[in-house]
Amino acid sequence: MAEDKVEFELVSPEKLLLSREVDMVVVPGAEGDMGVLPRHSPAITTVRPGTIVVYEDGAVTDRIFVAGGFAEISDNRCTVLAEEALPVDDIDKPAAEQALSDARDKIGAAQSDIERRAAEAAVSIAEAKIEVVDNPTYS
Amino acid sequence: MPSLKDLRTRITSVKSTQRITSAMKMVAAAKLRRAQDQAIAARPYAERMERMLGSLAGGVSGEGGPKLLSGTGEDNVHLLVVMTTDRGLCGGFNGSIMRGIRSMVREHEGQGKTVKLFGVGRKGNAIMRREYPDKLVEALEEIAKPAPTFAGADMIASKISEMFDNGDFDCCTIIYNKFISALTQDVTPQQLIPFAVSDVAEEEGASGGATASYEYEPDEEEILADLLPRNLSVQVFRAMLETFASEQGARMTAMDSASRNAGDMIDKLTLTYNRARQAGITKELIEIISGAEAL
Repeated sequence: MAEDKVEFELVSPEKLLLSREVDMVVVPGAEGDMGVLPRHSPAITTVRPGTIVVYEDGAVTDRIFVAGGFAEISDNRCTVLAEEALPVDDIDKPAAEQALSDARDKIGAAQSDIERRAAEAAVSIAEAKIEVVDNPTYS
Repeated sequence: MPSLKDLRTRITSVKSTQRITSAMKMVAAAKLRRAQDQAIAARPYAERMERMLGSLAGGVSGEGGPKLLSGTGEDNVHLLVVMTTDRGLCGGFNGSIMRGIRSMVREHEGQGKTVKLFGVGRKGNAIMRREYPDKLVEALEEIAKPAPTFAGADMIASKISEMFDNGDFDCCTIIYNKFISALTQDVTPQQLIPFAVSDVAEEEGASGGATASYEYEPDEEEILADLLPRNLSVQVFRAMLETFASEQGARMTAMDSASRNAGDMIDKLTLTYNRARQAGITKELIEIISGAEAL
């Protein structure tokens, strides 16, 4: 492994989506975005809905939307366990808007705390999706 | 003695049965390949998650940790999650799962514990409705159709954790057929709650050395609170994938032997048919000859 590269892995429950060496990854951590460069200190964080931005040779090469998950950083390696991941270019904005209004309706109609929490999570995912399409991060 | 016409109909019907079973075998073989690929593709996630959990669990074990990790401290009520198939014609697949369930139920009840059953799959649910109508608390069907999805696993897992939050049970075990090869499946019970760190993860967590120096954001407890329900879904998903692959393997084997049996049967019937035809001809000849001699 090259010393000045980060081994970045993006995994969804269904498959390994991405595995390659990059210069820098920006992970949307629960408490703020984290830029992961080589020799980052080991860390584990939860990921909020947002965009993972991959940098190679000083330019952005990939933008991937994730709906939350976890990231583990250790020894020049960054592993993101994503719940749902898709490239930003593939986001279907009308579908996301539809999902947002559906989820908002569900919050009102929720019978139990669990249903309400699930609906609120769906709202924040949909909002993040739309936000990502409207103003891409770090462009 | 069946007539020639009866035999002919019989042979045709066995032939068409054979055609169906061999087609089902082909379909199962194709699906098996896909199921295996899917199971392999899902492995990295489960592995990474186990590694993360292993390093986290070391830090927060003992009292005060989340209930999903340490359990309720009692083990009076056991929930068994039973993974079976929605469709039949797969040999002894569901039968062996049910045998495992029966012996587990007997064992737990022998120790004076309460058992609750959570059925996934139509075939198992039908049997459990008949045998343990008062124990079956949930029965889900057609989750893995056409193929297992993570959303389906998530749904099952959230039902389980909801029941756990309501205090409906203390321990939860999932029982599924582990895929070994197309010929063999292994009935495997796996404990879900309280979470048992597997040996591999524990070893890595211990020997990793870096465990202690991890920075946690927000903090260990909060990450664990997120990670544990997630892990539950992942384990259920893994069980679903294993079940699906095993089901296709079992069906392939069952259909293979069914096709072979049909072949044997056709041979036997053809032999009887030819004998009967021959006997008919001989009889007619004898009649003609003895008629001519009488003149």
